[in-house]
Amino acid sequence: MNVIETKNLTKKYGNGAKALLAVDSISFEVKEGEIFGLLGPNGAGKTTTLMMLTTLRQPTSGTATVNGFDIAKQQAKVRQSIGMVFQDPSSDDILTGYENLKLHGMLYGMSTDLREKRIKEVLELVDMTDRKNDLVKKYSGGMRRRLEIARGLMHHPKVLFLDEPTLGLDPQTREHIWTYIEKLVKSENTSIIITTHYMDEAEKLCDRIAIIDNGKIVVLDTPDNLKKIIGGDVVTIKTSSPNVDNAKRLDFVKKVEHMDGVVKLTVTDASRHLPEILKEIGENGIESVEVHTPTLNDVFLHYTGKEIREDSPEGGWAERMMHARTNR
Amino acid sequence: MSELLGIYALWYREFKVFLREKSRIVSSIINPILWLFIIGGGLGASVSIAGFNYQTFIYPGVLAQVILFSSIFFGVYIVWDRKIDFLKEVLVAPISRTSTFFGKVLGGSTDTMIQTSILLAIGFFLGTFGIIPGLSLNLVSIILSLAVVFMGTIGYVSLGLTIGSQMESPEGFQLIGTFVIFPLFFLSGALFPINNLPAWMSPITMLDPITYTVDALRGIILGDNVFNLFFDLSIVAGFSLAMVLIGTYAFSRMKV
Repeated sequence: MNVIETKNLTKKYGNGAKALLAVDSISFEVKEGEIFGLLGPNGAGKTTTLMMLTTLRQPTSGTATVNGFDIAKQQAKVRQSIGMVFQDPSSDDILTGYENLKLHGMLYGMSTDLREKRIKEVLELVDMTDRKNDLVKKYSGGMRRRLEIARGLMHHPKVLFLDEPTLGLDPQTREHIWTYIEKLVKSENTSIIITTHYMDEAEKLCDRIAIIDNGKIVVLDTPDNLKKIIGGDVVTIKTSSPNVDNAKRLDFVKKVEHMDGVVKLTVTDASRHLPEILKEIGENGIESVEVHTPTLNDVFLHYTGKEIREDSPEGGWAERMMHARTNR
Repeated sequence: MSELLGIYALWYREFKVFLREKSRIVSSIINPILWLFIIGGGLGASVSIAGFNYQTFIYPGVLAQVILFSSIFFGVYIVWDRKIDFLKEVLVAPISRTSTFFGKVLGGSTDTMIQTSILLAIGFFLGTFGIIPGLSLNLVSIILSLAVVFMGTIGYVSLGLTIGSQMESPEGFQLIGTFVIFPLFFLSGALFPINNLPAWMSPITMLDPITYTVDALRGIILGDNVFNLFFDLSIVAGFSLAMVLIGTYAFSRMKV
């Protein structure tokens, strides 16, 4: 069963020549219990896609259903079926963690008994029971994020949307959050849509990944299949005088890219063929050699011709949190 | 039922925040007291109006000032909710936009009611101990005043929410003060009687909705009203009703 189906979903901002096509005719399905990743650089259209699926923005054209409900015509039912963890902190920092969860439970129409039970459950899930009565402004960025993930789960949504769940967090906290997400899918059979521009995150968590660039899905497949597309290991050679044509002639070299003194080759079984490659390319002038098995970053590069930017011109989650509500 | 619970949830949040933000409560009480004692006391030393000491005369006006400032600014604070993304959390929840609006209106009205209750209590003591001569509040006039405050604050919170729902950033706050709140306040007759004004000014004060709140409060507290109390209350109620309708519409069209 598909919990999400989109058909030519499109969002255009503005009109005429200045119009910005944020999401350009996207179609995909998400199955029950699946972790589905939307991977792409900032401004690729990931967040806009989520905003449409969560009824916060109206699509310009195209349709989508969430849990069988139309996102334009059955908004209340869609909202009842979903949980959303936003890219930026959306809890009230003048309230305690517990109060934020209580508020959430009431907004979702839970009875007092059910609400208290679920609050207890989700606080345990994210290891925050002992901090529940502290004001949110006393939390670290990671704790606040965990609280918001707990909040998104509290009403047992059919589909959970996670918009850049670990943006700006330290590696240890990211690992923690990944563990929670995996635990959740196992215990609740929740389907998850996650947007990220972290390759490792997408690779670790997602069952299937759609790579988005300029509002379009460039490719959609499992992480393993995507990596197979590259067709071999990636050898990166930094050298001043490469003999690129020689390297191209070798039959185990699938692809050669050369720019700014860096040669990138896609090679089958690189560890065995490395000496030969180095000989052909010219050993003089080599500064460094690097061999790695393909990552989603290579896949991304392959399809879009550019590196995904791991820095965040929008400002990281934690950074924005620092600025959020300094006074009210 | 779940809509009612949602309204209660939003009210609960506003109430908690109000109680925690001590600075807001303190300034909301100190500010009117400064008006009462410095403007009221200073001018009152040589001015009296309609047989009342000036300080006594402006006491109902200062109450109306609290309604106006506290209510409208409360509404505009929704811009903060948007800025901190709390608004998204509410709008993605399965309660209707109308309920969201009503929850906010009740939250803001509660804030104003608490502030004016404190001022009424202070007024009661100031009058009873003769610190403000001629001000005599009793249980009946306090309850009636609170009823007027409630009727009025709903309209001004709705007005603030309507403005706030269309504002993108908090930088516009100053403009709201300059172009909405202060003109409404100064033209309301809070600080001077409106039955003896220059010809150009008189019609403008009549168009100012807060004029009728001031007049009703002055009637209840001092027995000195220009219009009939029932007429005042009809205008106040009509204004609030209109603002609630406009606010509901504004919320239904609000972008995140």
